[in-house]
Amino acid sequence: MKNVLSIKDLRKAYGGKVAVDRISFEVGRNEIVGLLGPNGAGKTTTISMILGVLRPDSGSILIEGTDSATHRAQALGRTNFAAVYAPLPGNLTVEQNFRVFGHLYGVRGLSERIDAAIREFDLEKFRKVKCGVLSSGEQTRVALAKAMLNQPHLLLLDEPTASLDPAAAGEIRARIRDFALSGKVGVVWTSHNMYEIQEVCDRVLFLSRGRILLEGDPKTLPADHGKETLEELFIAVAREPLTLERS
Amino acid sequence: MYFRPVIAVVLRYFYLLRGTPARWMPIFAWVAIDIVLWGFISKYLNSVTAAHLNFVPTLLGAVLLFDFFTRVMHGVAGVFLEDVWSRSFLNLFASPLTISQYLLGLVFTTTVTSLIGLTVMIVLATVAFGLSFFAYGLTLVPFLLILFLFGISLGICTAAMVLRLGPSAEWFVWPVPAIVSPFAGVFYPLSTLPQWMQFIGKLFPLSYVFEGLRTIISGGAVPAVSLLWGGCLAVAYVLLACWFFTRVYRGAMRTGILVRYTAESVS
Repeated sequence: MKNVLSIKDLRKAYGGKVAVDRISFEVGRNEIVGLLGPNGAGKTTTISMILGVLRPDSGSILIEGTDSATHRAQALGRTNFAAVYAPLPGNLTVEQNFRVFGHLYGVRGLSERIDAAIREFDLEKFRKVKCGVLSSGEQTRVALAKAMLNQPHLLLLDEPTASLDPAAAGEIRARIRDFALSGKVGVVWTSHNMYEIQEVCDRVLFLSRGRILLEGDPKTLPADHGKETLEELFIAVAREPLTLERS
Repeated sequence: MYFRPVIAVVLRYFYLLRGTPARWMPIFAWVAIDIVLWGFISKYLNSVTAAHLNFVPTLLGAVLLFDFFTRVMHGVAGVFLEDVWSRSFLNLFASPLTISQYLLGLVFTTTVTSLIGLTVMIVLATVAFGLSFFAYGLTLVPFLLILFLFGISLGICTAAMVLRLGPSAEWFVWPVPAIVSPFAGVFYPLSTLPQWMQFIGKLFPLSYVFEGLRTIISGGAVPAVSLLWGGCLAVAYVLLACWFFTRVYRGAMRTGILVRYTAESVS
């Protein structure tokens, strides 16, 4: 199976408001795909549908060829995520959270995996600390470590470095990049940090009003559309989506 | 069924119990206080009424069984509410956890905690007030089973209401046993009630338990048919509650409630 994620004609509307409008895209192995767009473009709605916590109105989501609508547990067992708006339960310690989520994801050799995740994300001194008392940056690292616990084949990261200082964010980017390249992993990454996207992503999808307007290499895409930087292109997409609409 | 996600739900609650002594209070402290209070009331009533009347088995026995039911019902809802309070829905339901595994986790957790509460109540009622609970032996098993099942069904049902209406609907959870009790004839025969209340009472499996309890205390035979009917009702309510929870969960997935679960976004 070449693609880790295949989305076809995915649509979601809340009442009369269309949040995601028949989008289709794929994520391959060892590939990091950036999902970009202004607030309300449909990024989080798309991620929520992939994670199985929001039911699409139509369309299909295949995770390594498994339809997440009909084989939810099997598809989600190969997936994991970290999002700034989904911190781990603050009333459990880091280690307890990892143990609970390790069981939820059916992780084999759980104790060893927990030790490895704690080591990788430099969390040893927080092992017995309740997540609720950690700083937002530390909580982000914990959420990322939890996202790696089951060694997912599809990793969804919704603004994963939003609460991190530049040095920590750089380290995390490098770690996720290594993780994506080392195994059979595909990553979907959303961020408003265009520098980060350009550094990390192999390909970007620009969303606006629930539709994919542009797609391509973040390093060459701005020039292809007469812009100097990815940030300029982002602003153009946000302000004038109709002039950039994908054919 | 794959049980590791069920273990995760159970383990999560036992970590919470281990880390916070305050969480032990609802498991045995409130029921123990109830037993002490009603134990003394029963003793007082024994002292002011005819010599042959003994209120300990009728009153204290009823309180013990009703508190067991309450403990089960609040137990299921309480474990669910832990996820509401810690905003865990997104992390939980974005995992391979299925609804049946989640509900089973709530039930297993509650089984353990309610058995701890029951043990504390029995020991206290026996030692301090002479309630000979074990004199009835295995006869009490179907009584406890019906109470357990009905408690589970109401716990799941109220959890579904909180999921649908938002965290502020937590206030629906706590008074449910008190609302049910007048209809169920916990302390008096169902015939004491007006017809319309009797009709409602007969819909609750609790009424068969407490009518049966009074029958065996007064020396009658175990009302097997009546208990069987109560048991069938309790099983039916468990199935209905699971169906209701699943329906609400699917609705929450469709409307996006699950993703944006806060008091403000839901209510």
